[in-house]
Amino acid sequence: MSGLRRGWFAVALAVALAAVLTFLTLPVVAIFVQQPPGDLIAALGEEGALDALWLSLRTTSAALALILMAGTPAAYLLATRRFRGRAAVITLIELPLVLPPAVAGIALLAALGPATVLGRAAGDAGAPLSLATAGVVVALTFVAAPFYLRQAIAAFEAVDPTLLDASRTLGASPARTWWRVAVPTALPGLVAGTALALGRALGEFGATLMFAGSFQGITQTVPLAIYDRFATDFTAALALSAVLVAVSAGILLSVKLVRGPDVLRG
Amino acid sequence: MNAEPTASAGTGLGVDARTRLGELALDVALEVAAGECLALAGASGAGKTSVLRTVAGLLRPEHGRVVCGGEVWLDTAGGVDRAPERRRCGYLFQEYALFGHLSAWRNVAYGLHETPRGEREARARALLERFGLAPRADARPATLSGGERQRVALARALARRPHALLLDEPLSALDARTRAAATRELGGVIRAAGVPVLLVTHDFAEAALLGDRVAVMDGGRVLQEGTASALAATPASAFVADFTGAVVLTGRARRGAGDVIVVALDGGGEATALAGEEGAVAVSVYPWEITLARPGEAAHDSARNHLDVDVLSVTTVGTRVRVGLAAPQPLVAELSEASARELDLVRGGRAVASFKAAAARVLPL
Repeated sequence: MSGLRRGWFAVALAVALAAVLTFLTLPVVAIFVQQPPGDLIAALGEEGALDALWLSLRTTSAALALILMAGTPAAYLLATRRFRGRAAVITLIELPLVLPPAVAGIALLAALGPATVLGRAAGDAGAPLSLATAGVVVALTFVAAPFYLRQAIAAFEAVDPTLLDASRTLGASPARTWWRVAVPTALPGLVAGTALALGRALGEFGATLMFAGSFQGITQTVPLAIYDRFATDFTAALALSAVLVAVSAGILLSVKLVRGPDVLRG
Repeated sequence: MNAEPTASAGTGLGVDARTRLGELALDVALEVAAGECLALAGASGAGKTSVLRTVAGLLRPEHGRVVCGGEVWLDTAGGVDRAPERRRCGYLFQEYALFGHLSAWRNVAYGLHETPRGEREARARALLERFGLAPRADARPATLSGGERQRVALARALARRPHALLLDEPLSALDARTRAAATRELGGVIRAAGVPVLLVTHDFAEAALLGDRVAVMDGGRVLQEGTASALAATPASAFVADFTGAVVLTGRARRGAGDVIVVALDGGGEATALAGEEGAVAVSVYPWEITLARPGEAAHDSARNHLDVDVLSVTTVGTRVRVGLAAPQPLVAELSEASARELDLVRGGRAVASFKAAAARVLPL
């Protein structure tokens, strides 16, 4: 009797899993099977699509470079020092994580828009932000940085402080200790954080659209190009989406590979 | 205490530190001559590691002075506080703190940045070879055994030619089998170091084996300092006696006939000693000074102290037998295997424990 009930329950669990799996994978699979693969590849050859891919690659790389260069030392500071207001600082850093993209766009316009002091200063310096590629980088950095920072803080917090002490007694300065011991030891976490920020930056849509606009070759990243085409050229939209799916899957896989041994050691 | 002012002026190490560390009030003043090993012994939380961290510059006391080899490393009054990387300390950390992302030889080479780049690897490998680790030089710490890790950490601590060697529980992370060999080897390293050595341990036997002198610490202070045999023979307090492995019984002392001290033991029984203070005291006796007899068969020897005891445990350690007793206060007697067999000691049995008045040391509580 109880064996029968357990059998029934196991079936229910399997059905639930099948339903979840189907619902979550069907749309993704549909991107690849809606049109013949040949048509998708041909659509990618279109000039606008290539422009979008190239722009996304450049702006995402630039945003990630900024995030890594400023975020890594900042995360180390937050992870290793205890000071008044530390919790508040971390909360402020995490705020963009939960901010709706439209609010992020408005916030960037309010702070750095063409009518603001900072926006004008950037324009005068020859690097206008709104309606310019630099603006896309700003928007991507704003929304993606918290993903990296959170991971990086956690990764640096997990570094055994005795290792840092050992490095100092072996004659290394604090900066050398950071570069030669803290960063290599925290590397798996830093790579995972980079991948998360990369994924977020690649898919950024709302803040970019509002702050930088959607001009082909200048501010139209892949997600904006998909939105631009879905009503007029569905095949092109599908083709660009397929590229993002492939890249996202690659990111997810690499995170799992990097964290894998870490989790096992855990 | 052995406070030769010349030690810190010459090649020795002088530490003086007073500071609050949470619950602990650290207050120590120590001198170690070059080539000498001072063992800081005590229970965990006594402040031993804090002394090492103060010397290395990893902990800044509120008031303190650290002088090594004639160089002032710390002088809070004079505003001197050298960064850890500018004090030449070879520090062996408790869990060794090897860098997991570097191979054994790169761990050793890490401290060699004053050596020309081209010579670092050869020097690191030569040091590892000295510790019998040449074949493991390219292995990562995670794949090394506990004993191998300890030796890599030791080689790394020595690589920079330190002016002081700080060893924090160098043997406690090792299993019993590796420990005997590692102790011998460490003794050799300490003797060959030629610099002041501070060794932290919670084990008095280890301190006695490796230290030229032992400083027993508790609650952030040094309770007593001297050679291990001096501490064992004349402990200054019940804590030190207990720490050196003596049996400690508490009670109230009064002056008896013939100017002896008679202690009414807490829980029952009486002990006589030749000297001591009146009032609340601890009586300490070493386990090998206690003899055992069957009930009713004692009193034929010259010992003045006889306690009726219950046998709680009988443990053979090598050729000796340790007998756990309750009088009802706990005590331990150590006898030869032969006499234990003769007495037919069993758990739950009764016996009479005897010791001479001269063997009983009365210490104020």
